Amino acid sequence: METAIKTSTIKDKFILEFENSKLFLFGDTQLRNKAIESFYKQGIPTRRQEEYKYIRMGLMLKGEFDFSANKNCSDAQIESLKFLKEAYVVIIENGVFIEGSSNLQNLPKGLTICSLVDAEKSNSPIFEKHYAQYADVKADPFIALNTAMTKDGVFIHVAKNAIIEKPIHIIHISTASKNAIIQPRNLIVVDENSQVKIIESFETLASTAKTVSNALTEIVIDKHAIVDHYKIQDEKELGYLVNTTHVIQQKQSVFSTYTFTLSGSLIRNNLTLVLDDEHIESHLNGLYLTTGNQVVDNHTVVDHRKPNCNSNELYKGIIEGKSTATFNGKVFVRKDAQKTNAFQSNKNILLSQEGTINTKPQLEIYADDVKCSHGSTTGKLDQEKIFYLRARGIGLINAKKLLMHAFASEVVNTIKIKALREYVEEKIAQTFE
Amino acid sequence: MLSIKNLHASIDGKEILKGINLEIKVGEVHAIMGPNGSGKSTLAAVLAGRSEYDVTAGEVTYNGINLLELEAEDRAREGIFLAFQYPIEIPGVSNINFLKTAIGEIRAYKGLDPMNAKDFLMMMKEKQKLVEIDRALISRSINEGFSGGEKKRNEIFQMAMLEPKLSILDETDSGLDIDALRIVANGVNKLKSNDNATIIITHYQRLLDYIIPDFVHILYNGQIVKSGLKELALELEEKGYDFIKEEVEA
Repeated sequence: METAIKTSTIKDKFILEFENSKLFLFGDTQLRNKAIESFYKQGIPTRRQEEYKYIRMGLMLKGEFDFSANKNCSDAQIESLKFLKEAYVVIIENGVFIEGSSNLQNLPKGLTICSLVDAEKSNSPIFEKHYAQYADVKADPFIALNTAMTKDGVFIHVAKNAIIEKPIHIIHISTASKNAIIQPRNLIVVDENSQVKIIESFETLASTAKTVSNALTEIVIDKHAIVDHYKIQDEKELGYLVNTTHVIQQKQSVFSTYTFTLSGSLIRNNLTLVLDDEHIESHLNGLYLTTGNQVVDNHTVVDHRKPNCNSNELYKGIIEGKSTATFNGKVFVRKDAQKTNAFQSNKNILLSQEGTINTKPQLEIYADDVKCSHGSTTGKLDQEKIFYLRARGIGLINAKKLLMHAFASEVVNTIKIKALREYVEEKIAQTFE
Repeated sequence: MLSIKNLHASIDGKEILKGINLEIKVGEVHAIMGPNGSGKSTLAAVLAGRSEYDVTAGEVTYNGINLLELEAEDRAREGIFLAFQYPIEIPGVSNINFLKTAIGEIRAYKGLDPMNAKDFLMMMKEKQKLVEIDRALISRSINEGFSGGEKKRNEIFQMAMLEPKLSILDETDSGLDIDALRIVANGVNKLKSNDNATIIITHYQRLLDYIIPDFVHILYNGQIVKSGLKELALELEEKGYDFIKEEVEA
């Protein structure tokens, strides 16, 4: 019963912090109260819960934590994380939007970027209409926790018919000097017939303190809009990340999402796409490279609610050391969603004896005229291919590297922004060294 | 150049090679013929360094070194090239990157400076013409979606790029139509010189109309049972492998 006591202690700490700080938090107190109640009911998930079967969330919350963190890095360090030359850059440090470090001069017509706090303060009707309307606090305790306790994040609005050529790069930086839990939250609203590319990168600059980031992004995509959303998770050893992304798509919109998990002690991704009208297209791509004692858990949900939509999902992973990777991909095809095409594939390479891969594709189909498929494979590097390369003079280590790159390239090549693709390729090359 | 003495090899405890003896001198072309299951491909695999095969007895000396002690990549770096019977597809690794890496490692092994990009591209162009392979194929991933003939041609292209001293062509003719066979044979002939040697492993005599061997050996049941000049191949074609079986068993 010892575990139960510990878990409730963590929970109580959150409740206490909420009571102490709620007067200083932005927005609707009622919404926050409801959320904390829901969190209280759900608690920190244990491995007895199906959705958290392969990941121990309690472990990362052990010990003392601050609920905010002060800037603990130089401007130069922040600048070094701006790896895209051509981009509108948003800096979110320890969960707070930092205008001074961001690069948001000369925003084009139709693009609004500001902090959540400012969006709420200015009574933006778009913000009010959409804020906290989609990710359900009852569905997951981390959604509840973020909704109750978030302090800030970014609000992005792309107006009708606007085409935003340069990507928007949101850089989440953890720089805590003492162990901290932060709750950044973003709202992205893309109006009818507009287009935007958004990159969220997650970095830890702290050198001694542990940061647990419970980040949540809601993306609302109106009809005919086209949105690309990239996540680059490079949290290093002291970074722990729960990253919830909730997307709602309207008629004939196209959404592509890319999740690259390169480092981090524990990364849990909860990605949900709701296809709420007809003729929607959705692409989900993911790549995770795990090593050491890392734990990476990707949970995805594609919810086909209406007819004539297409979704295509490809997640690949390379697992080394004693690391654990989990892929759980749910696809729902509701009764109304006739003529759905839904494809899912998860492929893994297990490089070590001690590594673990849990893969669980889940299709629930309630319509009868649909095309759906799913598959998952886990294997080692192909010995025949290794021999072929060695027979041409390529040493064993480089032969393996070439094959790992080749395996990853299927996902990396889906990145449409050249500079970003090169950055990810470079990062992957470093990982394989 | 190559001296094989009493070579025995087995896989999963089953003996395939039962005492092979073969001497190859620089500048020579040797054809090894034999019925299915005689051990032709096993011989090629053992020489190239496939680790699934256990060499249980015998020795192989290549330019004065004990070949059997070398890893597959070091054999390649020393100048041994195996043209695979079934070249494998490697999606995601481009032919160009593959050859660049291979040449880089071979040069490093020999203590040579890396080849510059311009020289590499020039060499690619030149060898491409030499073996008549389409440029579009080379810009793709290794053998991905290639036809059987294209794969074989790509093997010869790699051979041209790596400039080996001893090439082993393992049933390079199988599955090739006559036009493709001529192109492949033509490529091999152009690459032949007084500084290198070639082993051609084949089931049929036809390839030997285009690549003229200096010696022909007949492999049967894990041993070379008969050796001769190029006429032996014709005799074999005419009489069929049964005549060897009868001769050996008599």
